[in-house]
Amino acid sequence: MVESTRARSDEPQSDPDKAGALAAGPVPVGTPTVRPAFDDDHPPSAELISDCVHCGFCLPTCPTYTLWGEEMDSPRGRIDLMKAGLQGAPLSDTMVQHFDACLGCMACVTACPSGVQYDKLIEATRVQVERHHTRSPGDRAMRAAIFALFPYKKRLRALRGPLRAYQASGLPSVVRKSGLLDRLAPKLAAMEGLAPVLEKREKLPERVPATGTRRAVVGMLTGCVQGEFFPGVNAATARVLAAEGCDVIIPRKQGCCGALSVHNGRQQEAESFARSTIDAFEAAGVDTVVVNAAGCGSSMKEYADVLADDPDYAERAKAFSAKVRDVSEFLADLGSVAPRHPLEVTVAYHDACHLGHAQGIRSQPRSLLREIPGLQVKEIAEAEVCCGSAGIWNVLNPEPARELGDRKARNIAGTGAQLLVTANPGCLMQVSSSLERQGTRIGLAHTIEVIDASIRGLPVSTLGPQH
Amino acid sequence: MSGMHGTETTAGPVLGDTPPEATSATGEAGDNAAGIAAVGRVARELMPETGVIADPTQLRTYECDGLAHYRVTPALVVLPETTEQLAAVVKACSEHGVPFVARGSGTGLSGGALPRADGVLLVTSRMRTIHEVRRADQRAIVEPGVINLDVTRAATPEGYYYAPDPSSQQICSIGGNLAENSGGAHCLKYGFTSNHVLGTELITPQGDVVQLGGLAPDSPGYDLLGTVVGSEGTLGIATTATVRLVRLPEEVRTLLVGFHTTDDAGAATSAIISAGVLPAAIEMMDALAIEAAEAAVHCNYPDGAGAVLVIELDGASAEVEHEYALVERFCQENGSFELRLATDAMERALIWRGRKSAFAAVGRISPDYIVQDGVIPRTALPEVLRAIAELSESSGVRVANVFHAGDGNLHPLVLFDGEKEGAGEAAEKVSGAILDLCITHGGAITGEHGVGVDKAAYMPKMFTDDDLDTMQLVRCAFDPGNISNPGKVFPTPRLCGEVPGKRKKAHPLVEAGLADAF
Repeated sequence: MVESTRARSDEPQSDPDKAGALAAGPVPVGTPTVRPAFDDDHPPSAELISDCVHCGFCLPTCPTYTLWGEEMDSPRGRIDLMKAGLQGAPLSDTMVQHFDACLGCMACVTACPSGVQYDKLIEATRVQVERHHTRSPGDRAMRAAIFALFPYKKRLRALRGPLRAYQASGLPSVVRKSGLLDRLAPKLAAMEGLAPVLEKREKLPERVPATGTRRAVVGMLTGCVQGEFFPGVNAATARVLAAEGCDVIIPRKQGCCGALSVHNGRQQEAESFARSTIDAFEAAGVDTVVVNAAGCGSSMKEYADVLADDPDYAERAKAFSAKVRDVSEFLADLGSVAPRHPLEVTVAYHDACHLGHAQGIRSQPRSLLREIPGLQVKEIAEAEVCCGSAGIWNVLNPEPARELGDRKARNIAGTGAQLLVTANPGCLMQVSSSLERQGTRIGLAHTIEVIDASIRGLPVSTLGPQH
Repeated sequence: MSGMHGTETTAGPVLGDTPPEATSATGEAGDNAAGIAAVGRVARELMPETGVIADPTQLRTYECDGLAHYRVTPALVVLPETTEQLAAVVKACSEHGVPFVARGSGTGLSGGALPRADGVLLVTSRMRTIHEVRRADQRAIVEPGVINLDVTRAATPEGYYYAPDPSSQQICSIGGNLAENSGGAHCLKYGFTSNHVLGTELITPQGDVVQLGGLAPDSPGYDLLGTVVGSEGTLGIATTATVRLVRLPEEVRTLLVGFHTTDDAGAATSAIISAGVLPAAIEMMDALAIEAAEAAVHCNYPDGAGAVLVIELDGASAEVEHEYALVERFCQENGSFELRLATDAMERALIWRGRKSAFAAVGRISPDYIVQDGVIPRTALPEVLRAIAELSESSGVRVANVFHAGDGNLHPLVLFDGEKEGAGEAAEKVSGAILDLCITHGGAITGEHGVGVDKAAYMPKMFTDDDLDTMQLVRCAFDPGNISNPGKVFPTPRLCGEVPGKRKKAHPLVEAGLADAF
């Protein structure tokens, strides 16, 4: 069925005249009452758009094209829409709908033989959409709630108590069986279904000293969702880094890196998060900033672009971005010294889009996993296609996200692996709810947790909750 | 070519010196409005809301296929999910005299799926079910929107694959392959799509569903299936294809061989073939094409090569072993300086990635380019390549060469910068001159990309008026209303029933307002 899961706002759409009145920019050619989609402040670049030769190699890796089989929801189709916008077409509700439907997974960037920088194009477009498009009241409220919650650790932490109580009460299964939430508020239901079973938080010190000879001094990002919902991942990251001879500095002052804001066109918010993150790590005086969440690492490597127009920060952002490393990238470069204990387990490795497509990191986590004696790595079919998590996309587009998640879960089950390993909290939440729905029993763990267990000689059973 | 070349209008192709006939080939926006509205109503009754596209913004994304310098906004796009839906829409088009163009993934390189401004674009990308993989019969039955590579993916667990492999195999659809009689790197040994389609369910331009061919080879009577395969959408729309599956070979060896010149590589190719060795594929790329592929996919081809050959041998191990020794010898005797044998699937994939991404990769070294497609007798290869080099030098237009050397199918890539005054025209001129070279050397104006809208004007160079009129008669037998992809393939469309011969003025029926010449 193509129809059932379309990403389409279920609420009244914005008034184009009103949206137009807010827009700045050149007077459009053609109908004088219609304002063109983009203003002059960094619209999607015509030069980058002209790199697209319309070959279609992006189509099979695009999640929305895979779902719906239509050009408007494909990378080259969205590029056509951007082009139409540059030529004076208005930013209609229809056009916005197709930009919004893009998961930002960047699989198309990997697939493109012509080197089209779709990542830059869609991010520029999203900023314009945020500036000129008035969303429906319901959509606005949902987005406001998301951006008031996720980037703030303290607010997420406040949510932990009630969430743990709710999860312990046995209510979740009643709520899910009733389907009531699905009918009343599908987006809320999506959030409810995604919330992971919470582990106990381990408090990390500001400095974790290296074991043995010191080989590096690194800063570590704790993140918001990672820190509050998957605290075990941060603890494991610090332990592995220390075991490999790193002094790990965990600045107290750090907050959200701004990944969700960067990837959703919330420019000012993104800039402000980026500045604070740079401040926090500059003060720590580290050479390298290690990140264990794919989405965060990817956006921190983009700070140079985010702050390019800020005279005080442009240079600092460039220097900062150059220091950012994903934890698997860093460890693979460093080379391992800590002995590994065997883990007799078959794992399926899932490439998080913002690790594989956005940062090009594919071989490093696999080779780190293969260093572990007894461990076998299986590849997942259709590995290049997103699991449907995509930051907050699964919350805003619950039905298609579920379809993508279920497809990913089927491919994971097809590997026959006992443990699913990936490097992003969003993927873990998304895939685990799909696996649970289809009744696949498989453990879930972050790459670094597997390495940690091997170094510490822990049994496989300690890895990830079983589903 | 880059999609940014030229200025777009809603009707008519946009390139400067587009063949004059092509403008009338795409219709005028606003024509047939009542008929299109009626077709839209039929489609909306049968399909979900998202299956019928009339929003001008959304229609923009269907302006072109893989040949992006021809752009025409269709009046309506329909995305059927079943044969019944598609047949009903075609019937409605027939009843209202509305022209239609069928399209799969939109990756064609001759503008064969260029929409009509006064017509309906029928897109099969939601008809993507693989009905059956019949291992014992070595057949698969698939819908037209199924991706070429997905047929192989479905058959591989059974020990089989689908042999025709266009460079765009990861996205091009079987329906489009059938319409264009697509080839690919391996057609040297395994043949084109026409050698692999055993049957098809076809919607005629009147909207009737008929079955041509079937599971068994060689149906009695006229070979209508043979007529339909490669007819570029002018005889109807395939809604299923019964395709041949080929046993996965016991062994495959993929070699990458570096030569100093294309002459040497061409000589090696001829030596291999004339010794009776039939590799699955022999592909050649010249220095400029190698540069592009390196920039795109870092395929690590030999340093300083003036040409590389990608040679694939497949079959029983003993046979491959024997052929490998011969191929190695012929390459060395003809001046190869490096021969690399892929040792695993990853290395093989990397060698092929360089070749298969070459067209799109040229976008990395040139803002705009034309992918040309011509075919010559293999023995004429060195001579034609030299002539192309001379053309390039005298005109100052760069030409990269990527081609199926084994069967003489050339793909010169003519590079230009559309921003520069006159550059597009100069490139078109070189591109056209290359086709002339093909014809004068006993070849043809297209090897596998089809005629489409791009080469319709060149048809009279290859065929006499009588030839073209005869083809037109075949077309009229299937599509008397001239509504199935009109304006493609033939340079001067006629009304069916018209006496062949040069038309000097408007057709009497057109003058009387009783018919339209498309």
